[in-house]
Amino acid sequence: MPDALEATVKDEALDAVDAQAKAANASKAEKPRSLWSDAWHDLRRNPLFLISAVLIVLLLAMAIAPGLFTSADPRYADLAKHYLQKPNWGNVFADDWLGYDGQGRSIYARLVYGARASISVAVVVTVLVTVFGGIVGMLAGYFGGWVDTILSRVTDIFFGIPFILGAMVVLTSFEDRALYVVILALAFLGWTQIARVARGSVITIKQADYVMAAKALGASTPRILLRHILPNAVAPVIVVATIALGGYISAEATLSYLGIGLAEPTVSWGVDISSGAEQLRNEPYVLILPSIMVSITVLAFIMLGDAVRNALDPKLR
Amino acid sequence: MTIIDKTADVPAPRGSTENSGPLLDVRDLHVEFKTRDGVVKAVNGVNYSVAAGETLAVLGESGSGKSVTAQAIMGILDMPPGRIPQGEILFRGEDMLTMGYEERRKIRGQKIAMIFQDALSSLNPVLTVGYQLAEMFRVHQGLSKKDAKAKAIELMDRVRIPAAKERVNDYPHQFSGGMRQRIMIAMALALEPDLIIADEPTTALDVTVQAQVMDLLAELQREYNMGLILITHDLGVVADVADKIAVMYAGRIVETAPVHELYKRPAHPYTRGLLDSIPRLDQKGQELYAIKGLPPNLLKIPSGCAFNPRCPKAQDICRTDVPLLADVTEQDGGELPGRGSACHFWKEQIHG
Amino acid sequence: MAELRKNNEAAVDAPPNVTAVETVDASTTQEAVAAIEAPVERGEPILQVRNLVKHFPLTQGILFKKQVGAVKAVDGISFDLYQGETLGIVGESGCGKSTVAKLLMTLETATAGEVFFKGQDITKLSGRALKAVRRNIQMVFQDPYTSLNPRMTVGDIIGEPYDIHPEVAPKGDRRRKVQELLDVVGLNPEYINRYPHQFSGGQRQRIGIARGLALQPEIIICDEPVSALDVSVQAQVINLMEKLQDEFNLSYLFIAHDLSIVRHISDRVGVMYLGKMAEIGTDTQIYDHPTHPYTQALLSAVPVPDPDAREGRERIILTGDVPSPANPPSGCRFRTRCWKAQDKCAEEMPLLAVPERFKSSDTPAAHESACHFAEEKDVVHAA
Repeated sequence: MPDALEATVKDEALDAVDAQAKAANASKAEKPRSLWSDAWHDLRRNPLFLISAVLIVLLLAMAIAPGLFTSADPRYADLAKHYLQKPNWGNVFADDWLGYDGQGRSIYARLVYGARASISVAVVVTVLVTVFGGIVGMLAGYFGGWVDTILSRVTDIFFGIPFILGAMVVLTSFEDRALYVVILALAFLGWTQIARVARGSVITIKQADYVMAAKALGASTPRILLRHILPNAVAPVIVVATIALGGYISAEATLSYLGIGLAEPTVSWGVDISSGAEQLRNEPYVLILPSIMVSITVLAFIMLGDAVRNALDPKLR
Repeated sequence: MTIIDKTADVPAPRGSTENSGPLLDVRDLHVEFKTRDGVVKAVNGVNYSVAAGETLAVLGESGSGKSVTAQAIMGILDMPPGRIPQGEILFRGEDMLTMGYEERRKIRGQKIAMIFQDALSSLNPVLTVGYQLAEMFRVHQGLSKKDAKAKAIELMDRVRIPAAKERVNDYPHQFSGGMRQRIMIAMALALEPDLIIADEPTTALDVTVQAQVMDLLAELQREYNMGLILITHDLGVVADVADKIAVMYAGRIVETAPVHELYKRPAHPYTRGLLDSIPRLDQKGQELYAIKGLPPNLLKIPSGCAFNPRCPKAQDICRTDVPLLADVTEQDGGELPGRGSACHFWKEQIHG
Repeated sequence: MAELRKNNEAAVDAPPNVTAVETVDASTTQEAVAAIEAPVERGEPILQVRNLVKHFPLTQGILFKKQVGAVKAVDGISFDLYQGETLGIVGESGCGKSTVAKLLMTLETATAGEVFFKGQDITKLSGRALKAVRRNIQMVFQDPYTSLNPRMTVGDIIGEPYDIHPEVAPKGDRRRKVQELLDVVGLNPEYINRYPHQFSGGQRQRIGIARGLALQPEIIICDEPVSALDVSVQAQVINLMEKLQDEFNLSYLFIAHDLSIVRHISDRVGVMYLGKMAEIGTDTQIYDHPTHPYTQALLSAVPVPDPDAREGRERIILTGDVPSPANPPSGCRFRTRCWKAQDKCAEEMPLLAVPERFKSSDTPAAHESACHFAEEKDVVHAA
């Protein structure tokens, strides 16, 4: 052991070094930047994100407050206008802008009001599958062993059911095809994708040294899961969920078109596509317009998911 | 079996006696990367040259630009975000940066080969090592499948992989780290290149295996009379095999010297600091000297000499004027061939 | 009440390089915690490892797993760590040194053997007593890039130990304590709200050290704490660790593959090979008077950053690679690469003990070495 004098000299020298190191750092005026704020910084400059964000905000506004976009009632049928009034392209945002459907209802109003059903189905399904699939995936990935074996096999079984076919079977067994039935049917079959992504992500994260460090400190399992695993594993789940949200919109439309999803009097794009199909040859716009809405919405969410994925990709930093 | 040898035969500097010019001559090379936070100036005017049969060690810490320079030579920089705003890379007198893609491709692989740090990720995991070695001969020399395989086995023998004949059909993951690095060396040697660039070839290996691989590399280099650029951060590895050393800091060469000279009398405070900051194996030291401060941020390289905020000898001039790599001479003005230092006060450093 | 008694069995089993374990019989958790909290005199053993074994089973099958073998990562090692000292553990990858660290941290469960912390076998503790041990044994990790949670601020990272062990610091005190720790490890206390990726490697390692210090532990296990850092930064961190050891009266178990750094920081050094301890002694004994051929080969292979000192140094270049720990050689594990190996080496496992021939003499070669043919050979000094 060095004697006391030597130790003091040594400490002083070290302190001087440290002080200089500190001074060097202090000169860099740097704000705390979390990985999320870095990602946000990236997103704000990404045109893909900006376009998709504007579209999604508009669609959400339609879903929440359709009255802002049109004063017409989507269920008011004026049979006198039955197919007679073609779209009046010049009359932007007016009731007759996009013409009338077979029942003489304003197509524009129906598109605006249809956003609510379509988007709420997709959003609620996404929330449900993210929470449920996320928990299943996290438990399977973190605990491994027999927990993983059981949960993963169950996931595989559900994953093996063809999505639309499965939904059809589930929905046909319900008399009443209200919004919540469609939501439950889609969520029942949709959680597996999220579970698989979450499981993979958790398995990667749980091997990180900081998880080991937390264990070495004596941290409890809930603490490790919530403080260390969840915040780091959530990014890929969010990306997949965003992209899946688009998928649920088209799934709702598909099921409604097949006549087993939402049904009249609910106003939804799928319902409109279904009724528009009857007149495809004569009046194709009745079918095409709601289809375009579905496509735009799906595209917007997929673009958002891609932009978020790029912003969160750790390889880029 | 174990070989015990007295290594009195330190490789004597094998100069470029038969060849007139250097094999590779890098002149005033600059490389920069565009990132979200600004332009990262990774290489800021690097000059070095290697002759046939010569080993140049490029020594530097992370962010010194040592690997980026090598990537620029090999033409494997990601561009964008990378960019070479100025400079020349002359291979046998021809500028590789201005020649056509085809011409360049022929030099790369056939004339200049590279060995990477991580052999596992540099070898294709789904192909056998024999196939990957044989591919070199089939593609570049048009050999038949059978001949190429025979050559592959020969090459594996050459890098002393035991039971090469039996192991030729094994996959990369079936080999140990040291053996994989030998396979990488075999790949690099396959076409008998004039120059090999080895980027931290032994960093990932254990000490006892490190020695085997470095010896093999040095021996093969001597045998084929190749030029070798050895990129490393390890002052120890360099001392064993290099003829001359270029020390890099913040994208510049701060000191060049023949290997013995550098360790005996460093002419740059950074080199001095590095040498002082590594503990000795043969004696219990007192306190370690530590270079103060942090490695430079390449987004904001300090003005003047990049090392000035960490330098114990820094004066006002160091904060304003960039020191150029000046020839280092004896106190009486006598020539010291191959020595240079980019320090305003090299005289004080080496003689004072 | 905790009763102190000599454990004779342990004394018989234990190799002679270690002192007898004074176990503490604690029948209640309170007694165990009290024993763990009790102070240890400087120079007395604080951590005693006895015949520690860790085998990782190799299994086949997906649903119904069948054990087909085991990776013998650690296969019966014993050593003492004295209060206030630094014990260096060196060895190549796969020798089991990192597994030892995890076993001591109770991050892995030992297959067999004991780890006594102040006389308490920590492999058998649970609950509050285990938590008390964890508070007193902390770890500094190798990779400063992966050992800090990227989503937490520096303040949260260094303060997390206080969330888990709230009795150490009252809530209102924590921010100040974290800032003090930042200052102690040479970082600006104003950085408390920043995130890890805003720091360089050396600074991150300082953050990792600050986290390790937060609970005022008595032992810090350092697993390759500087090998991921630049040379110029390594010296800073090593100096900081030495300063902290004096300041906080810490005992270090310093695991590394860099023999020069281990010599610099360690009072004693143990050399591991394939899950066994090959040789252990003071730094002078191991570096200047090694008697195990593996230690000699290891030392001679270290590249010395001084071409002049290198000349005339004897170099032993081993052939081949380290055998797989799933299927280690019989007898002496080093025999497949050893130039001295004889039939005896394959048949009989050499025990870690002071070689007979040196036993009576007072030379520095008289230290524990697990070799049948131990002899001194200086490989680090020029002839």
